[in-house]
Amino acid sequence: MLYPDTVEAEILVHKPWFVATMFGVVLLLFMAFNMSGTSFAELMRPVIGEPSVSGLYGRFAIAFAIAVIFTLNVVLIGFAPLKFQIGIVWLELLLLFIAFFETFHLSLPFIREKLPFLISQGVVTTLYVSAISIVIASVIAVAGAVAKLSNNGFAFAIASFYTSFFRGLPLLMQVYLIYLGLPQLGFVINAVPAGILALSLCYGAYMTEIFRSGIQSIDRGQWEASRSMGFGFALTMRRIILPQALPVIIPPTGNQFISMLKDSSLVSVIGVWELMFLARTLGQKTFQHMEMLISAAMIYWMLSICLELIQSRIERHYHRSKVR
Amino acid sequence: MSAQSVIEAKAVSKWYGQFHALKDINLTVHKGERIVICGPSGSGKSTLIRCFNRLEAHQQGDIVVNGVALHGKMTNVAAVRSNVGMVFQQFNLFPHMTVLMNCMAGPMWVKGVSEKEARETALKFLERVRIPEQANKFPIQLSGGQQQRVAIARSLCMQPAVMLFDEPTSALDPEMVSEVLETMTGLARDGMTMVCVTHEMGFARAVADRVIFMDAGQIVEEGTPDEFFSRPRHDRTKLFLSQILKH
Repeated sequence: MLYPDTVEAEILVHKPWFVATMFGVVLLLFMAFNMSGTSFAELMRPVIGEPSVSGLYGRFAIAFAIAVIFTLNVVLIGFAPLKFQIGIVWLELLLLFIAFFETFHLSLPFIREKLPFLISQGVVTTLYVSAISIVIASVIAVAGAVAKLSNNGFAFAIASFYTSFFRGLPLLMQVYLIYLGLPQLGFVINAVPAGILALSLCYGAYMTEIFRSGIQSIDRGQWEASRSMGFGFALTMRRIILPQALPVIIPPTGNQFISMLKDSSLVSVIGVWELMFLARTLGQKTFQHMEMLISAAMIYWMLSICLELIQSRIERHYHRSKVR
Repeated sequence: MSAQSVIEAKAVSKWYGQFHALKDINLTVHKGERIVICGPSGSGKSTLIRCFNRLEAHQQGDIVVNGVALHGKMTNVAAVRSNVGMVFQQFNLFPHMTVLMNCMAGPMWVKGVSEKEARETALKFLERVRIPEQANKFPIQLSGGQQQRVAIARSLCMQPAVMLFDEPTSALDPEMVSEVLETMTGLARDGMTMVCVTHEMGFARAVADRVIFMDAGQIVEEGTPDEFFSRPRHDRTKLFLSQILKH
């Protein structure tokens, strides 16, 4: 939450100047596009006649109708309590998206036929590749952060070289380097382990920086109190510093997890049968690319939503000790 | 070194870069003794007591705490620290743990005491600082004075041989100062060995066996409260006392 000022303000979307401006902007915006070919124009046929010959009047009427609907919608939502506002706006945006996908005329039977395989093979692979990578990346991140904060020259040098290298190279290149480069050294590595290794190393590097900043955000006094009671370094880190750093670490780490979930699609280039790979290949034979790609997109989104929910759960848990 | 001395500092010097923070400090704290260290800010008093549990390292001279010398490369620093309680100006309670857990953590994790026993000890000392009813709250839900008393209880749970207080009342509202000072006075009366850096002259007068005045990294004057407040010998001490007792 932002800082809640106790001064009661008028609701913005009910101020006449705001409503008028909003109406004007929407009207001009839709005037600028020629909407006469859309299904909305079809709905307007009783008013404007044949849409394609309605000319400037038709354009204006369509834009005007949209502006009225939009403005009325916003003003009405302004009356609802916060929770409802959030729900309604989510729902409306979702409907707009579905309407957008409608325009592709997707073949639902085809999706229904391929979906089970997309999930049982693709989603499962995506999930376990990401999950293992997340765990390894977190372990690397803690070790890397400690190394970067230590005054041991070797540890610092290795950690900073590592973060610099893996943050500096495109992930796609890292995937290739590991899958095609390691065999040069004599390690023949399968596609899945190579993908996991690349993802772990890359995200471990980003998360090292997140963990480092989280650890640094904890007041020196906590270290002093802990050490002055005779706690060793590891104990202080594990029981005192990290638990306090987690609320700082978790939001950006949640970001990284979501990002990793989607970047796991990059390992499709080395032939791992994960979600993205299947989405591209399943539709190829029958040229039904869009069906599979949109399905995969929706699945990625739903998985991300799950991660978002987990993140907000954890954040709420750590909020406990901050409530007066 | 006599068996009675808990802390013994001999010719201690410390530098921060070029800055000479402690200059040839000699100080012995005997068992059961209450020592108050005062002086203007930047005089090195906090630095000195932070050297006593090795939160800071000294570069010259010897510090012996409970018979263990705090030298350059010490391997048993944790053992020394667990025997020396420290109370900070900013309390430094662990905000993610309840008050009770703050008090139980030390005995459980350092001394390997069972949870049940640690809980009993914690409750006993929370009782002693008169806030047993706050045991299950988080530190942020307590007032400053209560937090500082929890911090004192947390240190006491480790059953230390000596307690170091680093300006324990400086961050408190005037009303809360007295509740913390009362707790400290109670401790002193029970015979705890204490070294307090404080500006509370009333406390020094009532409780201290010796008052030490520091300026510019040196011990300028040392004496019983009576001598110190009634017949200060050095001009610097007189100036300091006139400043601090003016209001």
